[in-house]
Amino acid sequence: MSSTPLLDIATAGDTLELRPTGSWTVVNAGLLESLFNAAAPQLAAAKRLRVDLAGVREIDTLGAWLLEKISRGAEQAGHPVTVTGIDERHAELIEDVRKVNRTQRAARPRPNPVMARLEQAGRAAFGAVDEIVIFLQMLGATGWALLGVLRRPRSLRMTSLVYQTWRIGWQAIPIMVLITFLIGAIIAQQGIFHFRKFGAESYVVDMVGILVLRELGVLIVAIMVAGRSGSACTAELGSMKMREEIDALTTMGLDPIEVLILPRIIALVIALPILAFMGSMAALYGGGLIAWLYGGMSPAIFIERLREAVSVTHFEVGIIKAPFMALVIGIIACSEGLKVQGSAESLGRQTTTSVVKSIFLVIVLDGLFAVFFASIGM
Amino acid sequence: MTDQYAIRVSDLVVGFGRRTVIDHLSLDVRRGEILGLVGASGGGKSVLMRTIIGLIPKRGGRIEVMGWDADAAGGLNGHFGAPRWGILFQQGALFSSLTARQNVQFPLRENASLSQSLMDEIADAKLEMVGLTPDDGDKLPSELSGGMTKRVALARALALDPAIVFLDEPTSGLDPIAAGDFDALIKTLQKTLGLTVFMVTHDLASLKTVCDRVAALADGKIVAIGSMDDLLNSEHPWVRAYFHGKRSLMLHKKPD
Ligand SMILES: Nc1ncnc2c1ncn2[C@@H]1O[C@H](COP(=O)(O)OP(=O)(O)OP(=O)(O)O)[C@@H](O)[C@H]1O
Ligand SMILES: [Mg+2]
Repeated sequence: MSSTPLLDIATAGDTLELRPTGSWTVVNAGLLESLFNAAAPQLAAAKRLRVDLAGVREIDTLGAWLLEKISRGAEQAGHPVTVTGIDERHAELIEDVRKVNRTQRAARPRPNPVMARLEQAGRAAFGAVDEIVIFLQMLGATGWALLGVLRRPRSLRMTSLVYQTWRIGWQAIPIMVLITFLIGAIIAQQGIFHFRKFGAESYVVDMVGILVLRELGVLIVAIMVAGRSGSACTAELGSMKMREEIDALTTMGLDPIEVLILPRIIALVIALPILAFMGSMAALYGGGLIAWLYGGMSPAIFIERLREAVSVTHFEVGIIKAPFMALVIGIIACSEGLKVQGSAESLGRQTTTSVVKSIFLVIVLDGLFAVFFASIGM
Repeated sequence: MTDQYAIRVSDLVVGFGRRTVIDHLSLDVRRGEILGLVGASGGGKSVLMRTIIGLIPKRGGRIEVMGWDADAAGGLNGHFGAPRWGILFQQGALFSSLTARQNVQFPLRENASLSQSLMDEIADAKLEMVGLTPDDGDKLPSELSGGMTKRVALARALALDPAIVFLDEPTSGLDPIAAGDFDALIKTLQKTLGLTVFMVTHDLASLKTVCDRVAALADGKIVAIGSMDDLLNSEHPWVRAYFHGKRSLMLHKKPD
């Protein structure tokens, strides 16, 4: 059906005669463009142009536009153009294409690269301040919503809270337990392997106990929750924002913070300490198992040593941190979710930011707590 | 001769769960015609269109597009794709991270080797033909109004001047002037390129002015098909209610 397009060019005096033939359709796009480019220098030189379209078998918008571009170029240079032989079937499309692209698009000024860099740096600095403001705003709004709920306990979204706690807490138990179990086991194995050189194998129990209860249990669980539930929170809120569901909620007189965000944050604050506790226990279990199988320390001795090595204080230090980490994860996840704009790309970007930021802040928070507990002697 | 038909659907059954939406439906679309499909809201028009395109699995029946059987290896999207058919989804389905212009260029970029400047010109030309300005081309889909989204989606569906175009409610959300321009554009393209158009629409004016034939879908079947006049004279109760309801009366009121 489609035949090869050709462009015959003949010069008669100062008149340039163009005779396009064949299929001027997008199927032959590459060929058409090279034909056009090849003819361009002769077109520029011609004083008078005649285009005979009688040989064109098929034409579509692309072909019509290329032919129109030829004659428009000549017209703009002030040379007379005559077009003949237009097939009656093609006339309307050619006429339509003749009208398009007449207005010049306003050229956008190119920014000076140095200035652009400076501007970027400035914006980034202000952006950092904004981030803090947004975080505090979200914290305040959540606190306010919480106050409202405390005053009118019935306004708490119980169904949503239970559902979120089930998703964030209950469903996460297997993976959290598995990972912390493995980490406890790895620490114990490394400890036994290296302490053996000094004959200090029994101190592995102290190391595993204190490390897991004070730091690692809660930290690893918090990082896992940020990756698992924080990202889900951001993606859910983000796609709701994208599809104007949050706007719809607002116009119905409901507060998105109260309806969507508060249940998620409370669920996080409930679930994370429980997960951290289970994770710590699983890690101790893993450590004990390795101490028995690899280090030859019987479970009874392990438990006995553990009782001497750790006190309730160590456990408290660990578990006190959990709700605060949950709060940070929740606030970051929700405020990043609300920052999503219209595109799928921005949803992806915000979800990444949410996870990276909350893991970073969880670690920073852990450091601050370490300083705090050290100074009060816990 | 099968070649006379662009789309042949016979005995098609489509359903979700226990619900049958399309129930032993047969429909032929001739080459080069504009077929309008009407039907109740929720009656299965979009489902029929998406099944023909191959997005929804069918439970039974045959679908042939341009002589290709949909059950053949690779499915129709393998044989066709953008160069052969263009599709306007009811919700637009623009790529949200690309600007309007990039959306229109996308099929060109994937299927034809053209320079960037020529692609820009073609995309601007397409946008202008559907009634948008080149400045609108820089906007992201989230910055477009509902009607503008429709038009960009239409420009994208027509980007390669494909042989078959599926349009799901192309004029809903457009003002009457824009809808009229759209009708004229479709008519022009049909005349020049021999386009086959399968158009779901509730726009009575569109049905009357551009459609060569109109099919009515009710109870999962095509209950009437023919020219607009045939449908106006149809005896089927739903078709009568559709075309002779209060809202439709003005369409065929005799000028006094
Ligand atoms: N993915 C799906 N899963 C289940 N049911 C569906 C699905 N898609 C459509 N349906 C059902 O099929 C029926 C037909 O839907 P369809 O979208 O085809 O309606 P329509 O005729 O296009 O209506 P409208 O004019 O409102 O666009 C509806 O009852 C709808 O609920
Ligand atoms: Mg529909």
